[in-house]
Parts: sequence; structure tokens; C-alpha cells
Amino acid sequence: MMNESLKQHLIECLKHNVRHDGRKLDEFRPITVEYNISRSAEGSARVKVGNTEVLAGIKLTVEKPYPDTPDHGSLMVGVELLPLSSPAFESGPPSIDAIEIARVVDRGIREAKAIDTKKLCITYGEKIWTVCIDICTINDDGNLLDAAGLASLAALQDACFPYYDGTQLDYKKKTDVKLPVLKLPLQVTVYKIGDKLLVDPLSEEEFVYDARLTVTTTPDGTICALQKGGEKQLSLQEIEQMITMGTEKGHELRKYLKDAGN
Amino acid sequence: MTYTKRFDGRKAFDEIRPISAKAGVIPRAHGSAVFTIGKTVAYAAVYGPRELHPKFLQNPKTGILRCHYNMMPFSGSGERVKPGPSRRSREISLVTEKALQPVVDLSQFPNAVVDVFIEFPQTDAGSRCAGICAASIALADAGIPMTDLVAAVSVGIVDDKVLVDLNYDEEAYEEGPVADIPVAILPSTGEFSLLQMDGEISKENLLKALKMGQKAVAQINSVQKQALKEKYAGQEADVADSNTSGGEYHDE
Amino acid sequence: MSDVTSVLKVQSRDVVVPGEVLAVGMDYLPSFGTYRSRETIRAARLGLVTVEGKVLKLIPLSGAYLPKRGDMIIAKVIDILMSGWRVDTNSPYSAVLQLKDASSGYIEKGADLTKYFALGDYVSAIITNVTSQKLVDVSMREPGARKIIGGRIIEVSTNKVPRIIGKQGSMVSLIKEATGCKITVGQNGLVWLEGHPLMENLAVETIRKIEKEGHISGMTDKIKAFLDSRLKETKHFDEEQ
Repeated sequence: MMNESLKQHLIECLKHNVRHDGRKLDEFRPITVEYNISRSAEGSARVKVGNTEVLAGIKLTVEKPYPDTPDHGSLMVGVELLPLSSPAFESGPPSIDAIEIARVVDRGIREAKAIDTKKLCITYGEKIWTVCIDICTINDDGNLLDAAGLASLAALQDACFPYYDGTQLDYKKKTDVKLPVLKLPLQVTVYKIGDKLLVDPLSEEEFVYDARLTVTTTPDGTICALQKGGEKQLSLQEIEQMITMGTEKGHELRKYLKDAGN
Repeated sequence: MTYTKRFDGRKAFDEIRPISAKAGVIPRAHGSAVFTIGKTVAYAAVYGPRELHPKFLQNPKTGILRCHYNMMPFSGSGERVKPGPSRRSREISLVTEKALQPVVDLSQFPNAVVDVFIEFPQTDAGSRCAGICAASIALADAGIPMTDLVAAVSVGIVDDKVLVDLNYDEEAYEEGPVADIPVAILPSTGEFSLLQMDGEISKENLLKALKMGQKAVAQINSVQKQALKEKYAGQEADVADSNTSGGEYHDE
Repeated sequence: MSDVTSVLKVQSRDVVVPGEVLAVGMDYLPSFGTYRSRETIRAARLGLVTVEGKVLKLIPLSGAYLPKRGDMIIAKVIDILMSGWRVDTNSPYSAVLQLKDASSGYIEKGADLTKYFALGDYVSAIITNVTSQKLVDVSMREPGARKIIGGRIIEVSTNKVPRIIGKQGSMVSLIKEATGCKITVGQNGLVWLEGHPLMENLAVETIRKIEKEGHISGMTDKIKAFLDSRLKETKHFDEEQ
């Protein structure tokens, strides 16, 4: 969609602090979070950021622990950039973009110790719960990265264990025991276009950005994951600004989740 | 124990689960819909007609229809469904295509393709039928020339009862014979464009079941129609646009 | 004799869906977007019904753009060929811009074609030919055709293009005047605009409003009022800055 002259024009508009949809640089589009959108999943959520829409669902399975963590449950995050959600996505194995989103979301949740993985141990060295978070895109209108992060957290909050008697898992019977979620690490990606920093990019802004930094922070402001992307470099000063912006916006996004106090 | 009444509280054997539909739910797509029957939810998005690659697949006489059936990893009633195509999903994609083919006319679009993507966030039996219902709405929404809105539902037998729209528990009934027969029907003619079966059934009961299906799709068809009309309500202006001769306007 | 049994089942301007019965009886005649099956006339796509005498036809409300001879479109260069360029027309069919149709000047054989149009460049061009196999030619040796530089491009529903243009271009002129933007509306649903960043946003917002609006009665006045009130706000905003 974008060529050099269109890109220059977009940058020119940003110099006047005007985005193509009239938003401020640090303003998100309207966000909605809907819980329990799939009864097949142990936990699920729908997140809309403007016209961007993603679903996240959680399946829990009983597995053997990794030898180095015999008393910890495990986490797996997958992202499906469904061809249903954009003419640019194709059927087939996950693209590198899908893998990156999944890895960034995974890192935030894992490193913040958002889930109490010790409580996911059933029998030491024998049986643990594995938490599979799958994120599926419904409509891509920019910023799938942050929408995926938010949806994953909401789905985690929504999740309950299925019935397990020690040998047999019964997915039809859900218990009311919640997944042990300790905190909510919020992920915000700050984009650099020209010399401007902004959040929640539109598709056309995603086409032209120079660099981006995904900042995941816990409620107390600790940074628990970072991912720099894009073709251009960032100065230390820019990194500082991006982290400040990402942290602030993270606090703002946390309010869309229930029990955001924790 | 014999099977005497519906497991989910439905009052009659010819009663389908609650259904609802909405058109235009995916802005990026040329046409889209979500169709819900009981606990089965199907999304469909249509892209095209668009250029078809690789070129050897192109048909210079007509555009081609391609359907892609896929379950989201968390949408199964049991374990996580591994992402990516399986033999099952590929076969269902094929029969979905054939179910829609008779109504869709792509002769205006030689060499092009119309892609239909069908996805499920949750399922409880009858997913291929729900997918076909959603796809019909999405194709109409995309402005594809088509002679009818195909509607689909499963019919069959549980124990000795002929019934419509089996849910998962009914499909899994173990104390007697079960037949699960997904059908797709052209509502305007009553003809069948999808017919598959698992199980055992007598010829008499089969015909009885198929007739029950014909009745049930009328109800589904009216929900499909409604979804489209709701999306396009209030479009009267366009007539006046192309009708330069003018005329009266209806302001509601 | 069949007068007694012929019944119209819809009214003009009704939204109808594929397969819906429009009329029963042999008196009515199916035209565009409709078909007869025995006694009944049904819709062959989604659209709005028009009844003209005994003739029933549909006006599409959605659907892809299909190239038509004489249309002015906005197209994107997607390939450089031996003797011209291939351009994307925002339709299932790409078009070819031949060297001889690209410029009023002479382009030498073997010249670096990217000097004229590079990959990703947009042009406004006129469709000069469409074959039955949908091979499409465009030309830039026509009034209004040019290379597009700067500004922004948005996509609108091709079925709404006539509305955005308005009678004899009245609607688009209104937006141009109010916002001071340059605007080109391609029949293929791509719209180019350029102006002050805030005014561009207002122009886009206005176009989206026209796309959504259901009724045409008083549409121009409505859009004029909308633009006036938004311009006052913007003025206010400028003063605050």
C-alpha cells in the first residue's frame, strides 16, 4: 500500500502531530475485553482495539514435567494469523510474524512469573499442568501484537481447571478452581516513525515504522520483557522515552482487565 | 435406558438448537458472517474474487471457489486441536466447497478465485453445517452472484428416534444405533448439495430424516436472510443514485 | 389471463438476498441480478430491487470492482515489463500500461522504465480496453491521468463511488472546497487526497460518513452542515494551539 512518497506524507502529518485517524500519538483506539467467549476452552477472551479483533483461548493438559523443573507446570503460547482476518495472511505453517508475537507474549507472562507454576505441579516429577494459550486473529487493522498480549492475560484470568481425578481428565466437567494468576504483565509496543514515538499503530503506520520496542511491565513498574523490532536503530534516549511511554500505557491498559488491582 | 427425549432439553425431535447470525463482522474481508447454532460458533470470511496463484490453477472459463475449514486450537470439546490442516479438515473443506458450488456463479470472474475461510472458536457437533450456513451469508455479503443461500443442518437417528441437529452427546450415544447425516439444502428447491453419513439407518428412516432436514433449513434460511437484511437496512439511497429519473423517497 | 395469478412479492428499494422470491407469475420479467425458475422470479445476488413496469432488476450493494472501459481508476505499479508496466487495479485483474500509452513524450526502447514509474508508484489512469478474458489496458494519455505523488490513499466501497462523487461531481467538489484538499476518486474504490493534515482527516471522515449514510434526500445539505460544524471546531482548536 505504501510507497516512498506516501510514507513521506504520513511522516509529514506526524510532524504536525496528526495521525491518519485523528488520534494523539500516545492514544489507543477504543478497547473492549470480553471474557468467556468459548466454552470449549478452559478460559477465553475477545479483545478489540478499534477494528482489530483477536480471540485467545486456553487449553489445560496433564503432562510429564521437564527434568530440570520437576515441580513446575509449563506454558506454551501459539499465535495463528488466520487468513480469515486479512488478505495478507496465508494458510500454512506459522509465519515468522506469528512466531514473533507468540514469543513476545510468552516471554512477558513467563518472566513476570504471572502464573504460579508451582501450583501447576500435580505429582513431583510425574505430572504437571501445561497451559496452552492460543491466540487467533479475527480482523487485522494494526497492532495485533498488543491485542494478543491483552487477550492472553484476559484468557488466563478467565481460566478454570477441568476435572481431573488423578488418572482421567474430563474436559466436560469444569471445576471452579481458577488458574493461579499472580499478576498481570502488560505489554505495550511503542513505534518510532521519523522522529515521533507513538502507540497502537494503524496498518499504514505499521508499514512505514522505523523501529519499535515492546515493553512489558508488571503492576509495580518492573520491566519483565523487551523486544526491539524494525530496521532502524534506537538511541538510549529514545529507549528511555519508549519505556516510559510503554509503562504508562501499560498501567492504562491494565484497567481494561477485571480485578486489575492485583 | 432408552433414548426418549433430547439430551439438552429440546422439546421435540424435529427441533433445532437456538440459532443466530450476523453479517459483516470482519471489516477487512469482502464479506463475512458469524453463525451460531447451540454451542457451535462459526465465522466465515470471503476474500475475492481476487487474482489466483499459481497460474496453472486458473480456469479461463470461470472463477473458482475455494473453501478452508479450520478449528481454532481451543475449540474442540476435548483436547487442544493441533493447528494446521488435518485429513479431516481438508475433507470438510472439500465437501463445503461442493455444498456451496451449485448456487454460486463465478462465470463473470474468469481466472479469479473466491476464497472462503471458516473458523470455529467453539464447537459442539454440527460444525461443518454451521460453517456452510456462515459461508453462505458471507458470500452474499461479498456481493457474489448466487441463486440461493445454502442452509445446512445434521439429521439422523439416535436409538429408534429420527431427529434433527444432533448435539455432541447425541452423536456419542452408545446404547443404541446412531446415524449422523450432515446435509446442505438449497432452500428454494429443497435439493441437497451435501450428504454424508456415519452410522446405520434404514432406507425408510433415512428418507424421513432427509424430509425433516428440508423442514429445518427453512428456519435456518430465515435467520440467514435476516442477518443480511439487518446489515443492509437503510440503503435506499443507492437506488436514487443510479436512477437519475428520480422518484419518491421513503424516510423511515 | 395470467394477470390474476401474477403477484409482486417485494417493493422497489427493498433489500433482497440470494434466492428470495421477488415475484410469482409469468407477467414479470427478470433483468440484471434476478432469474426465473418456473413461475417465480428470484434474486441472483444481494441487492436492492427496482421495479420498472414489469421489469425486475437488482442494484448491487456490495462486491468487487470489475474493470470497465472508460473508467478512471487509481492503480499501483506492481511489475516492470519489457514494453511497459503492470498495474494493480484493486480488482481481480491487473492491467498493462504500454509504453506508447504512458506518456505524451517518446520513451526510447530499452530506457530505464523505473525513471517514469517505479514499483509501488500510484497513477490515475483510464481503462481503454477490457477483453472477455479480462485482459485490461490502461492509458495515461487522457485528461485527468497522472502520476500520484504524496498525499494519502484510502479504500472505499466501489458501490459508493457514485455517491462520493455526487451529481456532476457536486459532492466531491463540496468536500474539496470546504477542506482545501485535492481529491481524486477512482472508480475502482481508491481515493487519493492531499491537503493540510487536519483537513485530510476531515475529508476522510466526511467520505466515511457518506459511505455509511442511508438516505440521499438532503444528503448534500447534511454533509455541508457537517463540514461547517467541524470546520468551526477545528478553527477553535487552531486558536487554542
